[in-house]
Amino acid sequence: PVSAAHLLRLHERFDFLDKDGRGHLRPEDFEEIRELTENPIGGRIIAAFFPPEKERLDFPSFVRILAHFRPIGKNRSRDRAQPEQANSRTGKLKFAFELYDQDRDGKISREELLQVLRAMLGLQVTEEQLRSIAERAVQEADIDGDGAISFDEFKKVKKKEPQGLKPAEKTNFCHVWFLRSHWRKWTWSTR
Amino acid sequence: MYSVHEKPPAVLTSNVFFLYMLPPIVLDSGYFMPTRPFFENVGTVLWFAVVGTLWNSIGIGMSLFAICQIEAFGVQDINLQENLLFATIISAVDPVAVLSVFEDVSVNEQLYIVVFGECLFNDAVTVVLYSMFSFVTEMPVVEPVDVFLGVARFLVVGLGGMGFGVLFGFVAAFTTRFTSKVREIEPLFIFMYSYLAYLVAELFAISSIMAIVCCALTMKYYVEENVSQRSCTTIRHVVKMLGAISETLIFFFLGVVTITTEHEWNWGYILFTLLFAFIWRGLGILVLTQIINPFRTIPFNTKDQFGMAYGGLRGAISFALAFTLPDNIGRKHLFVTATIVIILFTVFLQGISIRPLIEFINVRRTNRKTDTINIEIHTRLMEHTMAGIEDLCGQWSHYYWKDKFMKFNNRILRRILLRDNRAESSIVALYKKLELQNAIEILDTASGDISAAPSIISLQEEKKNSTKPKKKFLAADLKNMHDILSKNMYKIRERTVSYTSKHALPNDNQRREILIRRHSSIRRSLRPGSFQTRQQIVPKSQKYFSLPPGESLNSRFPPTRQSSADAQETMSEVAYPGRRSRFGNRSSSGAMMPLHRLGTLKEVSSVDFLNESERGSTGRGSQSRPQSLRHHLSADDNNGLVDEMRIRQVEEEEEEEERPQASQPPAWAAEPRDETPQNPLLRRPQWNEKK
Repeated sequence: PVSAAHLLRLHERFDFLDKDGRGHLRPEDFEEIRELTENPIGGRIIAAFFPPEKERLDFPSFVRILAHFRPIGKNRSRDRAQPEQANSRTGKLKFAFELYDQDRDGKISREELLQVLRAMLGLQVTEEQLRSIAERAVQEADIDGDGAISFDEFKKVKKKEPQGLKPAEKTNFCHVWFLRSHWRKWTWSTR
Repeated sequence: MYSVHEKPPAVLTSNVFFLYMLPPIVLDSGYFMPTRPFFENVGTVLWFAVVGTLWNSIGIGMSLFAICQIEAFGVQDINLQENLLFATIISAVDPVAVLSVFEDVSVNEQLYIVVFGECLFNDAVTVVLYSMFSFVTEMPVVEPVDVFLGVARFLVVGLGGMGFGVLFGFVAAFTTRFTSKVREIEPLFIFMYSYLAYLVAELFAISSIMAIVCCALTMKYYVEENVSQRSCTTIRHVVKMLGAISETLIFFFLGVVTITTEHEWNWGYILFTLLFAFIWRGLGILVLTQIINPFRTIPFNTKDQFGMAYGGLRGAISFALAFTLPDNIGRKHLFVTATIVIILFTVFLQGISIRPLIEFINVRRTNRKTDTINIEIHTRLMEHTMAGIEDLCGQWSHYYWKDKFMKFNNRILRRILLRDNRAESSIVALYKKLELQNAIEILDTASGDISAAPSIISLQEEKKNSTKPKKKFLAADLKNMHDILSKNMYKIRERTVSYTSKHALPNDNQRREILIRRHSSIRRSLRPGSFQTRQQIVPKSQKYFSLPPGESLNSRFPPTRQSSADAQETMSEVAYPGRRSRFGNRSSSGAMMPLHRLGTLKEVSSVDFLNESERGSTGRGSQSRPQSLRHHLSADDNNGLVDEMRIRQVEEEEEEEERPQASQPPAWAAEPRDETPQNPLLRRPQWNEKK
């Protein structure tokens, strides 16, 4: 349920990124985006678009992944048989989960958490401190005691966060900016 | 005061001000304007600058005219045109103080850039309006057609100025393409062309301020790629300096004039001027924000508006314009006095009180110490993700035009205007620039740079990192963790580069952060345990950066320059400081590590890059380098790590230069990944043979 105008905009962007006009994107195209390279977790974001062993990203997949960032849909009346909507709360959480879980085994291990921490923290933090932080994080979330965070435990953690501190930003009427405003809505709705 | 004339020295005439004092100020603002965020917000900025100034001047003018009608104040002889002229003068705001306060309070960047842009553009608008109104005051009768012509003239003047500026900017950029032989006077071209743009615009009676601003904007991008690093630094410093000098001089004259001029004081007029200036500024901001908020993604809230309204100080421009009022205006002294009063009032009272006020109304967020570690990590991760996805999707509303412009830029403009235009990946270019700047900065600081020192310390600490994870965490530990997280997590990319103050060069903290990240990933890859794991990680994630240790980032080495004389000179310039200080006696601030250790550190990390580099420096590069490194190792005994790192960089570039001049296509063949042996330590003997 993405509107035609949104699709057009995304297609423009897709074409722009696809510099050689191949019709599909490769990781290198994403790396051309300068800000993404400066982002500490830029690599993970790119990896989220390309499942393992898949090197090409065509437009439908591109849109499908970006659909995670749309506001939580209101069309709950669909039948339950439909697979989880991308922009439902669970869909978004799954996306976030996969940012941590790089080897896609369905669990966030201590090592993976440690890697995330390393990417996000600066020089002044020693390895020991990083390890204890990761350990603590796993302890807080781990219910079944297997030393890793599964998706369900992840969901529970997110539920505990304090609810919306700030009213969601008014949705911009201009469709060109839809993504931006909707992302912010999404952050607050998942907090 | 009687030994000199009672009038202030006749230095500050109209000519002097407009020809000599104003251009540096405006050049300073224009040169350091952050172009990309500016263009994102250009609509808002122009809206506030143009419409806001118009609103202010007309509003204040009208109300003052109304006041004049009241007999009690005795100023009935001031007619409407003169009131409007005066209102124009005092509606030029100069929100310098508010910028620095906003920075400290870390206000959102959109607001920052809008205020900054407004500050710049309303100078231009004010001057245009001023000339228009002063022209009008000299006319005995004003007819409606004159008003219409006035508006048309305004447009012509503004747009014409921009066009001229852009034209001169291109010419300047084109000139710098050929200045490789005359490096020392490169800055001259910048100043010359900007000033020329200014003068020529004055000649044609179009807006010279717009001309010089647009010239600086256009020029900057191309020039900074063409000129040498030193010229670049010189230009930046001189531009800042000249701007600051000009502004200071103007304020000097303000002080002198306050004391020596004959004032005409009129309580009513002056007080009402103050009042109206304040009211109209506040009203103007309020109304304008209401109108433009729907068009913005990030609307301005009340606090922002208050900041903008209260931060409307008057400054140098107002004073200079007042002082250069034509003498045929009867009440000139009154106007001058009123302007001085306003400036002093706003600068001192508002300027001093704005900071406590902003801090007061800025409701602090509640401390989220009660959150779990998980949430804190996750929040930051999400924010990074958002920033990343936003970047991915392109953030510009005028995206279509930007894309067109970039294509045009790459295909045509860059070819013409830049000296050696290679289709470099932006990442490589960025890192090359960062490394170069970092190397130069290491030279400039007597003690080691921040990016060097921690790398020594943490490296040693990482050696003993085999502690077992604790099972229980005390409350104090938790608090520590929160502190560590909040202090050390990388900040989210700011869309705008914020400036610390008007008088500081753009800060590159974020660049530093990126560099630090790179260095830290180098360090992490040096840990002995990581060599084995690298084997399996490399094939899968070789393309990505900021991933688990063992991954280092893209090619660190500058791509081989086409063999050309000018390229060599650039490199030799960089190399020159290296040579000079290599034999100097510098002690680094960091720990002095034994020299053999340094050797390992350097060579391993340099090989690291070779292994991981996407673009793939050629194998030749790797071979020639260790030669020079070893040479250095034997030559100097007492250098700290700082020097070694710098020398290494410098030597890399030298080495690449001295390589045979076989011309290489920019996209050299990437080293096939499977060929490179995983263990870099094993590679050294290979190089020896090929030497």
